[in-house]
Amino acid sequence: MPTKEDLAIAKQMPDAGGHFGQFGGRYVSETLMAALQQLEQTYEMLWRDPQFQAEFDYDLAHYVGRPSPLYHAERLSRELGGAQIYLKREDLNHTGAHKVNNTIGQALLAKFTGKPRVSAETGAGQHGVATATVAARLGLECTVYMGEEDIRRQALNVYRMRLLGAEVVSVTSGTRTLKDAMNEAMRDWVTNVDNTFYIIGTAAGPHPYPKLVRDFQSIIGREARQQCLAQTGKLPDALVACVGGGSNAIGLFHPFIEDADVRMIGVEAGGYGIETGQHAAPLSSGCAPGVLHGNRTCLMSDDGGQIIGTHSVSAGLDYPGVGPEHSYLQDIGRAEYTAINDDEALHAFRHLTLTEGIMPALESSHAVAEAMKMAPTMDKDQIILVNLSGRGDKDIHTVAEIDGINF
Amino acid sequence: MSRITECFNNLKSQGRKALIPFVTAGDPDPKVTVPLMHALVESGADILELGIPFSDPMADGPVIQLACERALLHGTRLTDVLDMVAEFRQTDQTTPVVLMGYLNPIEVMGYSVFAEKAKAAGLDGVLTVDLPPEEAGVFNQLMKAADIDVIYLLSPTTEVERVKLICAAGSGYVYYVSVKGVTGSASLNVPEVAEKLQMIRQHTDMPVGVGFGIRDDASARAVSEIADGVIVGSVLVNKIAELAGDQDKIPDAVAAITASMRQAMDK
Repeated sequence: MPTKEDLAIAKQMPDAGGHFGQFGGRYVSETLMAALQQLEQTYEMLWRDPQFQAEFDYDLAHYVGRPSPLYHAERLSRELGGAQIYLKREDLNHTGAHKVNNTIGQALLAKFTGKPRVSAETGAGQHGVATATVAARLGLECTVYMGEEDIRRQALNVYRMRLLGAEVVSVTSGTRTLKDAMNEAMRDWVTNVDNTFYIIGTAAGPHPYPKLVRDFQSIIGREARQQCLAQTGKLPDALVACVGGGSNAIGLFHPFIEDADVRMIGVEAGGYGIETGQHAAPLSSGCAPGVLHGNRTCLMSDDGGQIIGTHSVSAGLDYPGVGPEHSYLQDIGRAEYTAINDDEALHAFRHLTLTEGIMPALESSHAVAEAMKMAPTMDKDQIILVNLSGRGDKDIHTVAEIDGINF
Repeated sequence: MSRITECFNNLKSQGRKALIPFVTAGDPDPKVTVPLMHALVESGADILELGIPFSDPMADGPVIQLACERALLHGTRLTDVLDMVAEFRQTDQTTPVVLMGYLNPIEVMGYSVFAEKAKAAGLDGVLTVDLPPEEAGVFNQLMKAADIDVIYLLSPTTEVERVKLICAAGSGYVYYVSVKGVTGSASLNVPEVAEKLQMIRQHTDMPVGVGFGIRDDASARAVSEIADGVIVGSVLVNKIAELAGDQDKIPDAVAAITASMRQAMDK
C-alpha cells in the first residue's frame, strides 16, 4: 500500500518531462517536438489563467450542461442486494459522453494558438463527434481519422460527424481500429504541424497530452466527490470506470488520489476472455512496458516488440495501450485494474437499460458489469460510484446485429 | 574511429558525398536482404540504412508501411535483422550499417541485450525515430559503450537550441529530414534545405545527411551539392514492391537506381 507521502507525490505527477514514474514521457519523431513544446508552454500558461478557467467553466456549464448528475441507481442496487450504486451521468453531456469535456478544453487551446484546423483520431466515434462539434462551434476545419472496421461498427457517429462538417477519413492500414487511426492522425500532424492542432481524445500520447486531458477531465471527479458528500455525507468506498486509453477513468480518479480509503477500479475490455489472448486489457493481463504513440506505458506487444491486434465489442476500448498514468497508478498500488468480457458487458448493457431506463455505451457497460459483480459482496451502506461515461444510442446497431436484427 | 566517421573522412578527402540507401530488412522476404545489401554497395552506396520492421510505423508514409507489412508477413524480427547484419559483415568489413526504426522492438529486447547483440553483429549505428535525446540517457550510454553511433533526426521545425542539444547527444552523422511530413511524401525545396544546413553546421562538425523527398538522379545530385550524405528510401522500396513477385530481380533492379544516382552525384 502506498503511504500518505507516496499519494501526495502521485497527485503531483507528472514531472517536468511528462513522466509518471517510469511511464509517460515524450517519444516522438523530431518534427513534432517543437509543436509539443509549444503546446506545453501554452497549456501551462493558460491553465493557471483565471480568464481561461472562467471561459472553460462557462462552456462546461452552458454548452456541455454541467454539472452532470450523480444518480442513485436504487432499483439496481436493491436487486443486487449489496452496496449502493451511484452513476455519474456523463452520458447526459452534450454529444452524449465525457469526451466533450476534453475537446472543449483543447479547442480553447487551439483558438488561443490561432490554428485554423483541428484533427483527431476516434474509435467509437464519440471523441470524433465531440471534436467535430467544437470545431463547428469555433468555425475550424476538422479532419477525423477512424479505422475502417470502426466506421462499419459506428455508422451513426460517422454520419453525425459529417453533418457537423467534419471530414471523416477511413483508415485501412494495420488492424483498421483505434490504434491505426491514431497512427494516421500523427502522420497528418507531422505533415500539417504548422496549421493544425491535434486534439487527442484520451489521456495518452506524448507529453503534455496525458496531463492536459486528465486536467480537463478531472471535472468529473471533482463534481462526483462533492455530489457524493452532499448526497450521502461520505466519500464512496469504490470508484469504477472503464479503461481504454483511460480518460474518463483518470478524470474520475485523479481528485480522489489522496483519499486512500477510496478504492479505484479500472475496468479493461476482456473481449473473448483474457485467456484467449483476444482482448484489450494490457494492465489486467500483466503486459510489460513498451513505447507506442509517444509514451511509455503497459502495452500489448509480442516478444519481438510488434503491437498485437486487440479485440473488444466496444470500439472505444479496442486499444493495445493505456494512458501512462494508469500504468503508474497500478505500479504504485493505488488503483486496481480488472477486465470484463464482451458477453458480461452486453449483459450489463441490457440490464441497466431494463432496471433503470438508462442505456449505457458499451464502453461504460464494462464498468457497470464490474459494479454488478462487486455490489453483492459489499454491505448495503457501502457506495460504489460508477462513471457512466457515455450513452448507448450509438451501440444499438451493434447490439441489434448480435440479436440478428437488421435495420 | 568508428566505421561511419572513417567513411565520411575518406569521402571528404576524395571530394565526394555519401550515398546512403534505405531498405526495410526482410522486405519482401528475408532471403533478399543480404544479397540486396551487397548489390547496393557494388552500385556505389557508402553507408546502408536497414529498416527494422514495425507494426505501427507512425512517421512513415504508405510505401514504407507496406514494406513493414511484407517483412512482418515472414515474421522478420529485430533478432533476425541483427543476424542479417552479421551475415553481411562476414564478407564486407568496411561498409557501415545503420539500423533505423522505432523504439518498441528494442525496448522489448532490452537495451543492454540489444547493445551486446548489435556489437557482436558488427552494427555501426542506430537511429530510433521515436527516441529523442531527452528520453535516451541510458540507451546512449549503452550504445556508446558498445561503440555504436547514435544518429538523430533534425527537422525543419528544429530550433537552434535543440540543434545544439541533439548534436551534442548524437555521433556519426545527423540526419536532416528535409520536409515536414512522412517518408515518401513531398518533394524537397533545395534552397530551403541549404539554408537550414548552414544553421546546423554552425553547431556541429558532424557530417549531415539529408533524407525525405529524394526520388531521382536530379534531386540526389542537388542534395549532394549541399549535404555530406544523400539518403534515399521510398523510391527503392517502391521498386522492391513492384518486384515482390519476382524476387531474384530485386538486387539488380534496386542497385540500378542507386548506381545511376551515384553517377549523377559524382559528375
